[in-house]
Amino acid sequence: MNALDTLFTDPATYRLLTIVILSIFLGIEVISRVPSVLHTPLMSGANAIHGVVIIGAIIVMGQAPADDYLALTLGFLAVILGTLNVVGGFVVTDRMLEMFGKKKKKK
Amino acid sequence: MSQQAILLLGYLIGSVTFIVGLKMLSHPDSARKGNLVAAAGMVIAILVTIFLYRYDRTDANPEGLPLGNYGWIFGGLVIGTVVGTMIAKKVQMTAMPEMVSLFNGMGGACAMLISIVEYGHIQHSANPVAGTGILTVIVLGMIIGTVSFAGSMVAWGKLAGKVKDRTIPAGQAINFMIFGALIVLAVMVIGGFTTSPIVFYSILALAALYGVLFVMPIGGADMPVVISLLNSFTGVAAAFGGFLYDNPVMLTGGILVGSAGTILTILMCNAMNRSLKNVLIGSFGGGSTGSVAGDKEQGHYKEISLNDTAVLMAYAQKVMVIPGYGLAVAQAQHICHELEKVLNEKEVEVVYGIHPVAGRMPGHMNVLLAEADVPYEKLLEMEDANDQMSTTDVVIIIGANDVVNPAAKDDPSSPIYGMPILEVEKAQHVIVNKRSMKPGYAGIENDLFFRPKTSMLFGDAKKVLQDLVAELKQV
Repeated sequence: MNALDTLFTDPATYRLLTIVILSIFLGIEVISRVPSVLHTPLMSGANAIHGVVIIGAIIVMGQAPADDYLALTLGFLAVILGTLNVVGGFVVTDRMLEMFGKKKKKK
Repeated sequence: MSQQAILLLGYLIGSVTFIVGLKMLSHPDSARKGNLVAAAGMVIAILVTIFLYRYDRTDANPEGLPLGNYGWIFGGLVIGTVVGTMIAKKVQMTAMPEMVSLFNGMGGACAMLISIVEYGHIQHSANPVAGTGILTVIVLGMIIGTVSFAGSMVAWGKLAGKVKDRTIPAGQAINFMIFGALIVLAVMVIGGFTTSPIVFYSILALAALYGVLFVMPIGGADMPVVISLLNSFTGVAAAFGGFLYDNPVMLTGGILVGSAGTILTILMCNAMNRSLKNVLIGSFGGGSTGSVAGDKEQGHYKEISLNDTAVLMAYAQKVMVIPGYGLAVAQAQHICHELEKVLNEKEVEVVYGIHPVAGRMPGHMNVLLAEADVPYEKLLEMEDANDQMSTTDVVIIIGANDVVNPAAKDDPSSPIYGMPILEVEKAQHVIVNKRSMKPGYAGIENDLFFRPKTSMLFGDAKKVLQDLVAELKQV
């Protein structure tokens, strides 16, 4: 039960737990009642947002010792892949939504 | 303000922009701005991390160490940005779904690599016994990230037509066994029973295999749902990174996508009137549907010439176009708009009936037709389209199949039974443009083609529409 105890008594862990629970509800709340037309762009936008994992990649990269080539290579690869996720995700979403913008003006 | 305070403020701004961005993305008017808001937040979060993040805080050095390797970091960022922008800009509208899958896989792979490097750190440190919490986060983050990466790659391959649907014999049992093995090995590493890198890399390999086998048997028509699910997986993997680095913005961003993605997945299933379980296990195009497609008495279908089609349409009051994936593949959206304009000149009203799951993704058709400048108000959602069906003279179905299949209404044994469809038979005439009599993506025979009101107009959508426009101009 020790691990469970830490979850609730350690202030840092408890804070993280709170963020997780609240974020879950927030995610559900934010998404409900979306018109089906927007499902694809929304998925794509969410896809870009989880690219936030790039921050982890930057931290890994920035901490890698200069002689640890394995960590340097993997970290470098992680930064590239994470950036692809973020940039590609946002640009693709924007391109999808650009179409929606166009038709609005014509209305 | 101290640097640490600015860093945390930046993270807070990032978290808020993600929430606001997602909220705005779920309304048509604000969607585009919402995407930009989230992107701006991401840039802030990345910049504060690069310049203000400190690690290894000790009592002797409470300030901690700044990140190094700026050359590598910026190199990676620049390469990723240039390549990402190029791919995303160049890709055709029809290929958007596989792009989302590809980028999702990149995020999963990123989470996977982070876990690998961090586990390596623990192995090489003076004290290779790490806390249960850290190990849990590293191992679970790697498993989920890897499954998401491998699964997304298969989904991408399927949508791009590179990977075929394949039912693996006893696939369910094999997946179950892999899953069991993953749990056992994960417990061994997390519980500190072993520090062997072989076990750790076995987990990596098994997770990759699981991702492949999990997506492989699911039919291409269900890929959007799978991609949405894998999307939320990557979100969770990112959140584990948040735990690892005690990083609030990774945590909120990741969990937000995890939960929103799950809800979105369920919404997509609802739009098809199917349960998630049904999608994942009772896959379309599998052996169970063979009997429906195969041995039934087919009856006769009738063909219609281009000329007759043109005359029929030119003298109609109202024409409804029902687009499907065939339109997307043939890149026929522009010529479709051309057809609409020619008909309008002849004072024929043209509307489009859009089924929520037409194409390969919800909203796929809307995006495609909007690209061809088809006015928004002409795109009718399914319910409105069905209401107007009885006052429609000619329905022309371009490359759509399952979304107009009457079996969804009348045949309880059909795998798509219960899915709402466009009830085209309420209109006066139904013209179906297809390349051949082959069944659609779900692999189900469509009885509509043999009904008395239906005429078939064979050929590639773009070619047929071009010829049709030419014919119409002469009528």
